[in-house]
Amino acid sequence: MSSNFSTRIKQALADPQLRSNFRGAMDFLRNKRQLAFSDEDEWETLKKQGAAIRQDAIQHLPELLMQLEQQCLNNGIQVHWAQDGEEANNIVLSIAQQHQAKLVIKGKSMATEEIELNDFLGRHNIECIESDMGEYIVQLDNEKPSHIIMPAIHKNTAQITELFEKKLGISTPEGDVDALIGVGRTILRKKFEQAEIGISGVNFAIADSGTLCLVENEGNGRLSTTAPPVHIALMGIEKVIPNIQALPTLQKLLTRSATGQHITSYLNLISSPRKPDELDGPKEVHLILLDNGRAKISQDQELQSTLSCIRCGACMNHCPVYTRIGGHAYGSTYPGPIGQILTPQLKGLEQEGELLDACSLNGACGEACPVDIDLPELIRTLRHRRQATDTKTLSLESFVWFIWFKIHQHPRLYQFMTRLAALFRSLKLKAPENWSKTRTMPKPAKLSLHQQMKTRSKSKSGGEK
Amino acid sequence: MSDAPHKKQVYLFGTCLIDMFYPQAGLDAIALLELSGYEVIYPQAQTCCGQPPYNSGFKQPALKIAKQTIQLFSTKDIPLIVPSASCAGMIKHHYPKIFTQNSQEAEQAKQLAQRTFELIDFIADKLPYNQQPLHPPIKITLHESCSALREMNVANTWRHVLNKLNHIEVVYPENRQECCGFGGTFSVKSDAISAVMTQDKCQNLLNTGGKYILSGDCGCLMNIGEHLKFEGKKDPCLHLASFLVEYFGLSHEQ
Repeated sequence: MSSNFSTRIKQALADPQLRSNFRGAMDFLRNKRQLAFSDEDEWETLKKQGAAIRQDAIQHLPELLMQLEQQCLNNGIQVHWAQDGEEANNIVLSIAQQHQAKLVIKGKSMATEEIELNDFLGRHNIECIESDMGEYIVQLDNEKPSHIIMPAIHKNTAQITELFEKKLGISTPEGDVDALIGVGRTILRKKFEQAEIGISGVNFAIADSGTLCLVENEGNGRLSTTAPPVHIALMGIEKVIPNIQALPTLQKLLTRSATGQHITSYLNLISSPRKPDELDGPKEVHLILLDNGRAKISQDQELQSTLSCIRCGACMNHCPVYTRIGGHAYGSTYPGPIGQILTPQLKGLEQEGELLDACSLNGACGEACPVDIDLPELIRTLRHRRQATDTKTLSLESFVWFIWFKIHQHPRLYQFMTRLAALFRSLKLKAPENWSKTRTMPKPAKLSLHQQMKTRSKSKSGGEK
Repeated sequence: MSDAPHKKQVYLFGTCLIDMFYPQAGLDAIALLELSGYEVIYPQAQTCCGQPPYNSGFKQPALKIAKQTIQLFSTKDIPLIVPSASCAGMIKHHYPKIFTQNSQEAEQAKQLAQRTFELIDFIADKLPYNQQPLHPPIKITLHESCSALREMNVANTWRHVLNKLNHIEVVYPENRQECCGFGGTFSVKSDAISAVMTQDKCQNLLNTGGKYILSGDCGCLMNIGEHLKFEGKKDPCLHLASFLVEYFGLSHEQ
């Protein structure tokens, strides 16, 4: 591995604070999830149901999206289609300009991270404030989220205390998490009052009723979508589900997998803007349906299950690589196993294919996935495709595997090579540096199993040629 | 053991790692199979299952090697025993997917997959548990490989077999379900991450204080053992088959 990814990995591994923050947090989240799914049969049943709902939705994506659009329009929600991030950003901008908005408050949304909405609005002199506590912390430090559920998980309490002191000039008692949250709350309350527009993501969009579901714990999602006069929701087109009957299964799988909670503090179901006889709620609700490469994935039989993802983060919590290097090292909006399969599909294998190397195919992510996405198999498939398309960077490796193939294709040559290795077993041959930095070189046996079995079959005539 | 003509036969796929580096594990696998009443056929034309290129993104060489391996082990319709959960997983779960669906090769692959077994899983209920020799108590550490835990789902059987033995205390490392950092070419391609994973795993394994570190995958054992040696420590790794042979007091001709 070369390049920036490898540099970022080395930097992450060399940071003991970062490593212990991630190890601690991932162990904690894994345990919580395990307790939430203590009944193995229930887990299997829920997983099967959830996987079926998601697969079915991806198979019927065009119809469901048309239905969703129609139902939203019937409910008074304005619907916009965006082919890519640029289109989505411009739609948000034009709505903001219509309302002469200068301040936007945002609930947690990975889709807005994907299209880099904050930066875009900033360039047009519109301030976009994150209202999720983790996102707020990350934004304050000019960083990106390092986890899709816990954006600031790479920081511990002491680091956040220091950050608040430095950036906000407010000091809080050491280790006092409640005081830190209090600071955030006080600042953000004012922003909720002042913001002309609230932006949110969407966890699930119910096609047959035109309802947007938002799963959250802090209440900032509810405030972002109800306090400002205009609400804009941005969703990847794969988030659609057929009906409300599908929701309980997915909600259970999502919250238990993400945080080990049976239900979150808030489950928002948004079905329309404020109605004439209502006292509160936004006067306008907009839904932006973002493609950004998803439609193409949905048509690829081998890879379409990528879109089943409900963004719970369990795959990264269970990934031994993510646990070691954290989210920033991946350099992509979505880190960990789901990011490793999604990013190269959204941005191209040539550009992002390297992400696929950082996986030992241990299978822990696939085992934890609540909608049964076979993540290791998708990583393997994408590695195959990368090799087939990207001949430039992989040429040396291609050569190695060509030689490997020639040896293993011919049993006699293979046996000869094994004997040769045995013959020179006492020579201290130089192992590949990448192996020998932390390991000694395995020594070939004096007599291979093949040789010993040959002798054995001669004396016993029990073997075969 | 006498070679009665009616004795049931099995194939052994020794794996390339065992062939070159750990032949004793292969011989011990054979001893256990013979103890369980099987005649073992070891075709000399076997090489590798093709997993290394397959997992590294090189499907074509893997496909050709798979084809060759399937043919080799399809002369007789008998079980194929693999003393490695990882290589067994390649044959059982990936061979059927590697070829075009419904092709003749895919069908042959499926047939072979059905009669492919990981060694310990295959002999688990055939070992002479009621004839256990007397042993002083011993504590051993089990490393459940990722392939045994997940793809092949045989780690439970490994535990059951060890728990049936007298005076054996089986201990497990912290984060027992976590990868040891080997992952085939991952250990070289993503060497920095692999090194850290290996160090953590080895520390957790040593903390258990078991006399041996046992596993049914020589890939993991090589990674763990060579790292411990690098650290100037003793290599306590042993294939489960070798431990069982020692436990049951079997000997084999060299």
